[in-house]
Amino acid sequence: MPVPKRKTSKAKAKSRKNHWKLTAKSTAKCPNCSAPVLSHRVCPSCGYYKGKAVIKVKAD
Amino acid sequence: MRHNVKGRKLNKTASHRKAMFANMSAQLYEHKQIKTTLPKAKELRKYAEKMITLGKKGDLNSLRQALKFLRHKEVVYKLFNDIAPNYKERNGGYTRVLKLGTRKGDAAEVAVIQLVEFDNETEIKPKKAKTEKVKADKPKVEEAVVEEAVVEEAVVEEAVVEEAVVEESEEPKEEKPEITEEIEKKDK
Repeated sequence: MPVPKRKTSKAKAKSRKNHWKLTAKSTAKCPNCSAPVLSHRVCPSCGYYKGKAVIKVKAD
Repeated sequence: MRHNVKGRKLNKTASHRKAMFANMSAQLYEHKQIKTTLPKAKELRKYAEKMITLGKKGDLNSLRQALKFLRHKEVVYKLFNDIAPNYKERNGGYTRVLKLGTRKGDAAEVAVIQLVEFDNETEIKPKKAKTEKVKADKPKVEEAVVEEAVVEEAVVEEAVVEEAVVEESEEPKEEKPEITEEIEKKDK
């Protein structure tokens, strides 16, 4: 059975993983409190969604 | 083919699932809005909306079918008398699921499920403040009861002094029903 002749060097491994990245989540601005929010989710800072208060946020 | 129509199993036996969704439906009708994980919220729609459909029919057979699933008479009567009539004009889609993001401990997606026609009545109080209030009231009430018993046994002169103390300590006792009323109002 064919096997690798050499151990993959650190440089080789790292340069391969160079293209393996996390991408930032795109956020929208909350129309109520203008904090950044994930789309289709209730705003975590003011508890509003589609112009209505859904949950009471503790800090309020 | 009947693929993908049985719904989520949620790591539970059939009886466990049935009991859980019966409880969750009852809580939803009581509080108009409950917070749970996203898969449970999505699955709850099936059960909760079927009960509302029964409530809209409103005949004896559907009442018995609702009692069979929900098992709490008060909740079923509330559903049939107060909740279902509000959905006369709506054909399905009685609940709304809103995503809240992920939970800290296990990164599970959390959601709120609410009754569509009642979404203006659900001003939710933060949970911590509620439990603190209840806890703070209980010991005071007990103290007041104990002190009253002491006053009855004590001499009249001492009773005059202690009455002032009792009056003060009775105040929280009188407040308590008002606070529970407030909580009930907000829950509605």
